[in-house]
Amino acid sequence: MILHENPSLPKIGFFKKLYDNRIFLLLVTPGTIFLIVFFYIPVIANLVAFQDFQYSDAGFWYSLFHSPFVGLKNFKFFFASADFWIVLRNTVGYNLIFLGLNFFFAIFFGVVMSQLRNRRLLKVYQTSMLFPYFISWPIMAAFLYAFLSTDKGVINHLIQSMNGTPIDFYNTPGVWPLLIIFLGVWKGIGYNSILYFATAMGIDPAYYDAAMMDGANKWQQIKHVTLPHILPVATLMLILNIGGMFRTDIGLFYIVPKASAPLINVTQTFDTYIYRALSTSSDLGMSTAAGLMQSLVGVLLILGSNAIVRKLQPESSLF
Amino acid sequence: MRKKKHITAVDIRSFGAGTNLVFNIFLLIFSLSCLFPFFFIIVVSLTQESDITLYGYQFWPKHWTMASYQYLSNSGSQVFHAFGVTVFVTVVGTVINAMCSSTYAYAISRRDFAFAKFFTFFALLQMLFAPGMVPQYLIVTQMLHLKDNIWALILPSAFGVYNVLIMRSFFKTSVPEEIIEAARIDGAGELRIFSKIVIPLAVPGIATISLFTALGYWNDWFNAMLYTNSDAVTPIQYLLVRIQNNISMLTQQMQSGGSAAAGLSQVPTEAIRFAVVVVATLPIALTYPFFQKHFVKGLTVGGVKG
Repeated sequence: MILHENPSLPKIGFFKKLYDNRIFLLLVTPGTIFLIVFFYIPVIANLVAFQDFQYSDAGFWYSLFHSPFVGLKNFKFFFASADFWIVLRNTVGYNLIFLGLNFFFAIFFGVVMSQLRNRRLLKVYQTSMLFPYFISWPIMAAFLYAFLSTDKGVINHLIQSMNGTPIDFYNTPGVWPLLIIFLGVWKGIGYNSILYFATAMGIDPAYYDAAMMDGANKWQQIKHVTLPHILPVATLMLILNIGGMFRTDIGLFYIVPKASAPLINVTQTFDTYIYRALSTSSDLGMSTAAGLMQSLVGVLLILGSNAIVRKLQPESSLF
Repeated sequence: MRKKKHITAVDIRSFGAGTNLVFNIFLLIFSLSCLFPFFFIIVVSLTQESDITLYGYQFWPKHWTMASYQYLSNSGSQVFHAFGVTVFVTVVGTVINAMCSSTYAYAISRRDFAFAKFFTFFALLQMLFAPGMVPQYLIVTQMLHLKDNIWALILPSAFGVYNVLIMRSFFKTSVPEEIIEAARIDGAGELRIFSKIVIPLAVPGIATISLFTALGYWNDWFNAMLYTNSDAVTPIQYLLVRIQNNISMLTQQMQSGGSAAAGLSQVPTEAIRFAVVVVATLPIALTYPFFQKHFVKGLTVGGVKG
């Protein structure tokens, strides 16, 4: 094989290489086509963010390359709009809260479950706790509606039975930050705690043995044996999750509050903003600009957090 | 041997009896809160309509009835249709995704594939940068012209980088290079090696990514919301969204299309709303306890590193 890789004939060498790898190339072809169509071409289509995009009958590519170029106007428009600050505040604010709470509860549940005596009950708990994770947001929205509905909801019937005035929850922004945070954390606990549970279960019992010999009580054992063992994984997860700081689950922020307009101040995030813009107006340029900005910040966050991981734990960095 | 080790480990690691009880009660309550939604939804779907009108949704109503399900089975063609769309999308999408992801993963897992590095990078880039909702919308609707087409629900998710990564580490750990080498010495070609040796060894990995993928397709409503407007291609999850926001959509159709139904003067709209939720949840509720083990395994495969 080496004989054919003649440096003076790079072209022939390259084709030979292609030919030698033809079966592998065949195997990557379907995936490559998907990547090109649903990833690389959409990446190129982000050009729309710098255009006043006009759809022409001559087809998509013609429209993409012949729409008037407007420079950074779409971005300026987005940054100058009142929406921008609300969107930014909600996206980053909710994500920071989720980051902290998910971190705390996942470790708490993971550690507690690892210390339970009864294996069989543990399986039951784990299975039950994973259930919400497997359920879609539309289903959760229906469930929540059964509680919050103004005329038929459980809570309002309770209020009415005590002679109170019913609350129109889907028009009351004040309650939604708490609801969204609660639902978001609750739905993920079963899933998020798996990693910490598995890590805690993997700790060599000899450590606990030694700690007990030294007279450590359970709390001290957890503090000095379990948590230090979990810490590297936890740090890694925390940092990796920073990469998702600008992304939100559109199901939680759009479907669960029933896309209710009066709640927009507390439910609008980048993703719901872009979706709303896409579905209601024809200003594709500005919504693309918002999406591109979201993605670019995402890239910076991932690269930054990965650099930190590489410093702290080189073996767990993503790349 | 393993069992013995577990017993000692449990004794050493575990809480004392009192703490154990406290945390058991805590976890029990939390676990019930996780199952409660499903229980509650079933109860509401079985509640008599007059009870809902009078007392709202209740945890334990006075009058139970199957009327909502009778309506669904008699005249809920829209619900059945949506269910069919979901099944079709899930099955076809999962098959395509599992095939494309594992062939791709296999090629880049092989050290003698000269372009392995390039194609790994080519796929991994997708984890770094999100192309954005609007550009994807433009591609699907204006370049591929898939608006209101069932393939718009399948193709955008028919290849997954995470699946590729899981399968790649699976191939690297579970398909030893020696076996492939031995087969080659016996004169087997690459395709033969892949189909006769690698695929059978990779079945557990393929099962894992298929589960992830099938779950994703089953629960998907977003692609439908983005790319479709027509009843013909509405999957069950998006039908739920539409019913929740506009119940009349379902009942109008029932009143016109299902006049022969049940013989009740009033359509139990509220109960039906929740019966549809039950129908959408049931397949997952019934199967996930069996597949969660594989799911957890796939999750902890880790080793995602490039």
